[in-house]
Amino acid sequence: MAQVSLRKIVKAYEGGVQAVKGIDLEIDDHEFVVLVGPSGCGKSTTLRMIAGLEEITGGDIAIGGTIVNDIPPRDRDIAMVFQNYALYPHMSVYENMAFGLTLRKFPKAEIDTRVKAAAEILDITPLLDRKPKALSGGQRQRVAMGRAIVRNPKVFLFDEPLSNLDAKLRVQMRTEIKKVHQRVKTTTIYVTHDQVEAMTLADRVVVMNHGIIEQVGPPQELYHSPATKFVAGFIGSPAMNFIPARLEQASGALVLALPDGIRLNVPEARSARYAAHAGREVLFGIRPEHLTDDKPTDKANPAPLTLTPEVIEPMGMETLAHFRLDGAEISARLDPATPAEVGVPLRLIAHMDQMHLIDPTTDKVL
Amino acid sequence: MAADGTIAVRDAAEITGGRANSLQRFARRRSTIAFVMTLPLLAVIVGLVAYPALFGIYLSMLNRRMTEFVGFLNYEILIESETFWNVFFQSCFFAITAVLLKALIGFWLAHMLHHIPNNKQRKWRGMLLVPWVIPPALSTLGWWWMFDPSYSSINWLLSIVSVPEVPWLGHHWWARIAIIMVNVWIGAPFFMIMYLAALKSVPEQLYEAAAIDGATSWQRLRYVTLPMMANIISITVLFSLIVTFANYDIVRVLTNGGPRDLTHVFASYAFQVGILSGNIPRGAAVSLFMLPFLAVCAFFVLRGVVRRNKEQM
Repeated sequence: MAQVSLRKIVKAYEGGVQAVKGIDLEIDDHEFVVLVGPSGCGKSTTLRMIAGLEEITGGDIAIGGTIVNDIPPRDRDIAMVFQNYALYPHMSVYENMAFGLTLRKFPKAEIDTRVKAAAEILDITPLLDRKPKALSGGQRQRVAMGRAIVRNPKVFLFDEPLSNLDAKLRVQMRTEIKKVHQRVKTTTIYVTHDQVEAMTLADRVVVMNHGIIEQVGPPQELYHSPATKFVAGFIGSPAMNFIPARLEQASGALVLALPDGIRLNVPEARSARYAAHAGREVLFGIRPEHLTDDKPTDKANPAPLTLTPEVIEPMGMETLAHFRLDGAEISARLDPATPAEVGVPLRLIAHMDQMHLIDPTTDKVL
Repeated sequence: MAADGTIAVRDAAEITGGRANSLQRFARRRSTIAFVMTLPLLAVIVGLVAYPALFGIYLSMLNRRMTEFVGFLNYEILIESETFWNVFFQSCFFAITAVLLKALIGFWLAHMLHHIPNNKQRKWRGMLLVPWVIPPALSTLGWWWMFDPSYSSINWLLSIVSVPEVPWLGHHWWARIAIIMVNVWIGAPFFMIMYLAALKSVPEQLYEAAAIDGATSWQRLRYVTLPMMANIISITVLFSLIVTFANYDIVRVLTNGGPRDLTHVFASYAFQVGILSGNIPRGAAVSLFMLPFLAVCAFFVLRGVVRRNKEQM
C-alpha cells in the first residue's frame, strides 16, 4: 500500500517529440485513479513510466515515498494488468498466477494459499489447471488480474484492461474490477480511453490531452465543473454541445445571443461570475441532457429555443435528436414520448443552471 | 449447404437424371478436385522421395554383384567391421557436436541481432547469412587453403601470438575439429535466422509482464524466451541433425575421410564403399544405417511440437 507521486514527469523520444510534458500528480494510498484521454495523449506512457517499462526523461516518480526513477520494474513492488493480458501461454493458470511469487522464492505453501485465495475472489478456481489458450477473453482477463492480486503489491497498474473484450463483458468486468478494489484496497492506477470506464471506476479521474493533465477531480466534479473545453467535451456521452454566442448585458440581466436570433437568459445565480465577460464572444456549452423538451428548471426565467431536427435516434429509454445551428452540431435528449419528427420545428428548453461558458481564445471554462 | 457445393450439384443431377451426369458429378466433387490438384505434388514425392528410399532399402539387401537377395547380411558385415564403427563414432561425434555448437552460436547471434534496431539490423543479417549462402563445396575449399600444412593462414595468425603450429588436417582429432568448425561456420546462420524469427514472434508484453513479475534477464530467457521458442528450437535441431548426419561435401573436400579413414562420416564412407569401391549394396547399407534412429528421434520431436501447438497456439 502506498502513495504514488509524479513530479514534473517528462517523456521525450528521439527527435524531440514529447509524449508527456511535465505532469504533476499525487495519488493517495488506497486511491483508485483513472488516467483517461484520447489515444496519443500520453496516458499509457505515463503508466509505463510508473511501471518502469519506459525510462523517464525528466522529473521524479516516487512510490511509497521512495524515488524509483532508476529502480527496475521487478523491484518497484507493482503489478500490472495488460491490454492483451500477456499471460504466459506455456504455463497453466495456476503457474501464471504463481510465477511472480515463485521468482521471489516464496514458500510453496504460501504460494498455494495466495493463488487459491485470489482464484476464489475472481471465481476462477475450476480453471487453475488450464492453459490460457483454453480460456475465454473474460477468463483470461481474470487470470491477469489474479496474477496481480497474488503479489499483494504496493500499486496495481491497469493498461486498458477491458478494451479487448466485447461490450457486454466489458460492463461485467468493470463491475468486477470495482468489486475487487473494494475487497483488496490497493492503490490503483488505471488507464483507459473510455470515459464511461473512467467515470464509473475512479475515485479521481485524470483527464490528459497532448501530454498534459487537463484536469484532475472526482467524476462528478469533472462532469459538473469541467475546467477546460477539452474536458467538457470529453466527459459525458453524447458530448457537450458547443454553440458560438455573444454575452450581452440587457436591462440589468445577462443574455446569451445565439445565432438565428435565439436569446437565452443567463440565470441570476451566474450573473456575478460572468458579468466581467459581458460584450464578448464566448462558446456556450450545454450537455444534451440539459437541452430537453421538459419543463424548465428555472420557471421564472425559462430559456426556450426552437430548432428543427435533422436526425432522430430513438434509443428506447430516451430519444436523441440532432440539430444544426449556424454550422454547430447540436444534440438533445428527449423524452421518448415526445412526438419529434425530422424537419418539423421542435421547442426545447435549455437548463441554464447547467450551462457553461468557454473563452474561445483560451479554451478555459469561465 | 450451398457453400459446400455438393448439394446443389446433386440436386441438379437428380433433376436431369441420366448416367452421363454421374461422371460430371464425380469430377465436380470437392475431394476429387482436391486430389487432382495435389497430384503433381504426390508425383514428386513418390518419384523423388518414396521410390528412391524404397529402392535404396532394396539395394542394401542385395549381394555385391546385385544378383542375389541376402537380407541383412550387408548390415551384419558392417556391424562387425572396425572401420565402420569408427565412421559411426565420427558421424555421431560430428553431428551432435556441430548441431549443438550451431544451435548455441545461432541463438547467441539471433539475440545480438534482435537487440539491434530494425533499420540497422538488415545489413548485419545479410552479412551474417553469407556463410550459409555460399556453395559449401567452394567455401570448404577456402577453408582447406586456410588449413593447408605449409601455407595455413590460421597457423600464421597463431604464430603471431606464439602458439605452435597446428597440424589441422594431419592429425585425426584436429581434422575432426576442423570439419566441425567449417560445418558450424556454414550452418550457424541458418539457426540464427530461424531463432531470430522465433524471437520476433514472442510478444514484447510477455517480457514486460515477466519484468514486473520480478524476473531478471536470465530468468526471462529461461522462463519466457526458451519455452516460447521450444517448437522452433526442436524443429531446427531435428532438421539440422538429419542434414548434418547426411553431410558429405565438407568431409569430401577437406579430408576425403583421412587420415586413415578416421574422419569419414556416413555419407562420405558410403560414397567410398558404394561408388569408389564398387559395392553399391554395402554403400546403401551404410547410408541407411541411421535411418531408424533418426526416424524415432523425428517422431518424438514432432509429437512434442504438435502437443505444444495444441496447448498454446
